[in-house]
Amino acid sequence: MSANARSATGIGARIPRRELRRLLSGHGRYIDDIKLPRMLHACFVRSPHPHAQLVSVDVAAAKRAPGVAAVFTAADINLRCEPFVGVALHRPGHRSAPQRLLAAERAVWQGQPVVIVVAESRAEAEDAAELVATEWQPLPAVSDQLRAIAPGAPVIHAELGDNVAFDFSLEKGEPAKAFAEADIIIEEEMRFERQMAMTLETRGLIADFNPGDGSLTVIHAHQSPFQMQEIFSRHLKIPEHKIRVTTPDIGGGFGMKLNTYSDEIATVVASMLLGRPVKFCVDRLESFVSDAQARDHRIKCRIALKNTGEITAMEMDDLSAVGAYGMPLRFNVAEGMMAITITGAPYRFENYKARTRSVYVNKNLIGMYRGVGMPLACIATELLTDLAAEKLGVDTVEFKRRNYWPKASLPCLTPGGQKLESVSFHECLEKLVRLMGYDALRKEQAELRKRGTYRGIGIATFCEQTAYGPPYYGPSGASISTQDGCTLRLEPSGSVRCITSLTDQGQGTLTSVAQIVADSVGVSSEQVSVTGGDSAISPYGGGAWASRGTAIGGEAALRAGTMLKQNILALASAITQTPADALTITDSQVINTRTGQAVISLADVGRIGYFRQDTLPRDFDVQLSVSTSFVASDKMYYMANGVQASYVEIDCETGFIKVLGQWAVDDCGRIINPLLVDEQVRGGIVQGIGGVLFEECIYSDDANLLNGTMADYLIPMSGEMPDIVLDHVETPEASTRLGAKGIGEGGLIGAMGSMWVAVNDALKPLGAKVRHQPFTPERILDALARARISCGQVKAASHKPSA
Amino acid sequence: MSDPVNDLLGEEEVAIEATLNGRPLKRRVKARQHLADFLRQELELTGTHLGCEHGICGACTVLIDGRTARGCLTLAAQISGKTVDTIEGLTESGKLAELQAEFIARNAAQCGFCSSGMLLTAYELVSSGKMVSRIDIREFISGNMCRCTGYHAIVDAVEAVIVGQGKT
Repeated sequence: MSANARSATGIGARIPRRELRRLLSGHGRYIDDIKLPRMLHACFVRSPHPHAQLVSVDVAAAKRAPGVAAVFTAADINLRCEPFVGVALHRPGHRSAPQRLLAAERAVWQGQPVVIVVAESRAEAEDAAELVATEWQPLPAVSDQLRAIAPGAPVIHAELGDNVAFDFSLEKGEPAKAFAEADIIIEEEMRFERQMAMTLETRGLIADFNPGDGSLTVIHAHQSPFQMQEIFSRHLKIPEHKIRVTTPDIGGGFGMKLNTYSDEIATVVASMLLGRPVKFCVDRLESFVSDAQARDHRIKCRIALKNTGEITAMEMDDLSAVGAYGMPLRFNVAEGMMAITITGAPYRFENYKARTRSVYVNKNLIGMYRGVGMPLACIATELLTDLAAEKLGVDTVEFKRRNYWPKASLPCLTPGGQKLESVSFHECLEKLVRLMGYDALRKEQAELRKRGTYRGIGIATFCEQTAYGPPYYGPSGASISTQDGCTLRLEPSGSVRCITSLTDQGQGTLTSVAQIVADSVGVSSEQVSVTGGDSAISPYGGGAWASRGTAIGGEAALRAGTMLKQNILALASAITQTPADALTITDSQVINTRTGQAVISLADVGRIGYFRQDTLPRDFDVQLSVSTSFVASDKMYYMANGVQASYVEIDCETGFIKVLGQWAVDDCGRIINPLLVDEQVRGGIVQGIGGVLFEECIYSDDANLLNGTMADYLIPMSGEMPDIVLDHVETPEASTRLGAKGIGEGGLIGAMGSMWVAVNDALKPLGAKVRHQPFTPERILDALARARISCGQVKAASHKPSA
Repeated sequence: MSDPVNDLLGEEEVAIEATLNGRPLKRRVKARQHLADFLRQELELTGTHLGCEHGICGACTVLIDGRTARGCLTLAAQISGKTVDTIEGLTESGKLAELQAEFIARNAAQCGFCSSGMLLTAYELVSSGKMVSRIDIREFISGNMCRCTGYHAIVDAVEAVIVGQGKT
């Protein structure tokens, strides 16, 4: 697929992942599979109330229960840990109350941890937790953001005065004038319910504090071991060099396992207090009230156009409910900020006005989850432009062709502040139109409408900020490293060992790194082993999040590979008495480029380099291990982009939506492994479809979670998902040698946009529209009812089953 | 707060005799322990995963007398007299080899947490010998949640095995 394939197993090769044989034979080692000597098991007593005064806690009976090692309350735990204040310093006015590990006098969301019980087995810990007696005085709770900012609303943190966490506005050009002079204005209000990442493996860790030397080892199912090392050091006052955080096999992350969780830190404190390893794995039911959640927005947006079809202005007003505290290190402003800054990005216009507000409510914290605010921007933009095209009487594809930023205008800065350099909107769109057979589908859609079958086509263009750099996180005050590093060692037998600061939760990043190392050294990727996710042994780095692993860690690997190759060639030159600049490495052989002949194998270079230094010239400096790091110090992000299409059918009698087809064309820069890229896109798409059609954390008005089981929180299963057809455009990132951008989130972003447009496209002839996600059958039927269309009558006239 | 009836129930043990992964198994198990916990905690067969422990996600799928069953909804005590197969046994016997190869070739797994259950469910389908459509495959595996792949590659892999069987 890639035009850049250099070797059968190197960059561009469609090769399977190296971990899969192990993972598919039951030999994975996930956090709950691991046992340490003298290991104890923790579970938590959590607040049953969204907002309540804790009157008393009685742990006496629990402490006497069989197998119990300790029962700790806030009085035992909280003073051991510096409180978290999830405030972004680069966002003036952003504020949060300090968050402590366990609720002491008051709980502010249902599920907030109150007591940690540690026992010989998880079952015994759970039995003992049942014996903890808590007495609560419920307080008024608030769930909805509109209520939370209304006068007289219960204020969650009295010291803040009200519930507003953040209020930010931006304006570019003259939006008021543009709207006043517009020929066409389209205005919409949208609502996005809360979602969960729902990794199939829940969160977990084993904290192992060794009182003998004061060291802490944590095996942590987390996306960023370095982030956690820094947190454990700073908040628990352990010298950083005495902390080692390693990652086991991880059963999915999607950003959720990037956040900082009070129950996980409390587990570490318990290990410190007990001097024994303590395991804590979240069970599924508590994941519903303790995993960071996502979305929960109300958005008003509008677009202004001239009759000529030119977009003159856009506006966004975002109001989100971010839970009871600011998320430590990753903040709760990101969704709103991304939503307002990326809205409209693919389209040329000059005047823009936007506002985002984050509001505290008595719900679980909002944190990182795949896509963050980018799907909201994509949905708002593509819904508005699709409606605008319709109003203009222009086909939506033609509208996009005319209004995308022309290639000649790049690089440019969008009114929302997005820097567009190597984006490829037009190329992606033209490929997509061919891939999906757009014209034929439109014909089919029109034919079927005559027969009472309501199908919709939605096309969504998206920008995906990938691989944030230090200009983003640096000024935030959070100790988030946006660099990654790589250590390479030539083994005596001529193979290569790679230690990367990256982690892998299933993306296949470690395989991509092996491919990059293989090409940059001159070996096949089978000759490269890759270890990641260990804060003690690799260069410092960020890990896998924000679609950055291959882009940043891959670049570090390429540079390390180039360095190792030079060192090998210097040694080979000394051994063979050939000028180093006449040598290269191909397939584990050092080749004389002038003769084309192999002069020495890497196995011989390794053997001599490690065991026969006596045969080398005096003072020859043998260096067969190299380390390097890479950071894009001046880059806010690498901007990936793409276009997707959905084809859906609505059953007007039941409100069910069937997804008939999904197409995606993505540009993530240079593709290292097309197989892995395809599957990132497909997996993201299904999560995106799930978000639009099914996924919703349903809260009562007083903030009780009403659907906290997997039977009640619907996620996409295979039966209702379509086959997904893919293609790619490859526009390499110009600022790196590797040229890769990220691919982790585009699938989800584009699918959410195309699904919103497609469902509403299907509803158009019925005079209906749906603006409240997820699009449950109930909401579709409500939309149809609101449109006062009796679908039964329409269908009865000429009903035929759909194709 | 202590409830003597419940306290007793937790500790009560039951003797079982079963065949696990082709070998005889004779144990005393806790009456309240579910099969997946028994496999994972007592026998250290950690290839069977737990995703929800309430019967929805399918990660804990095992075969009992050749039929898929939820390890989290089956008590260990219930396997007495039965034959149980897990990912470990079916890998060792080579019965999953074809499916595993097709899954690997298509990257039909990312985090791998659903894969044991998914493979066993797929095995039940392919070992029925029926020629089925992609829609049938999707339907058959729809009790196994995969959060990573989007299912398409899994359906491709299962289909490849079924088509391959049809040719032989």
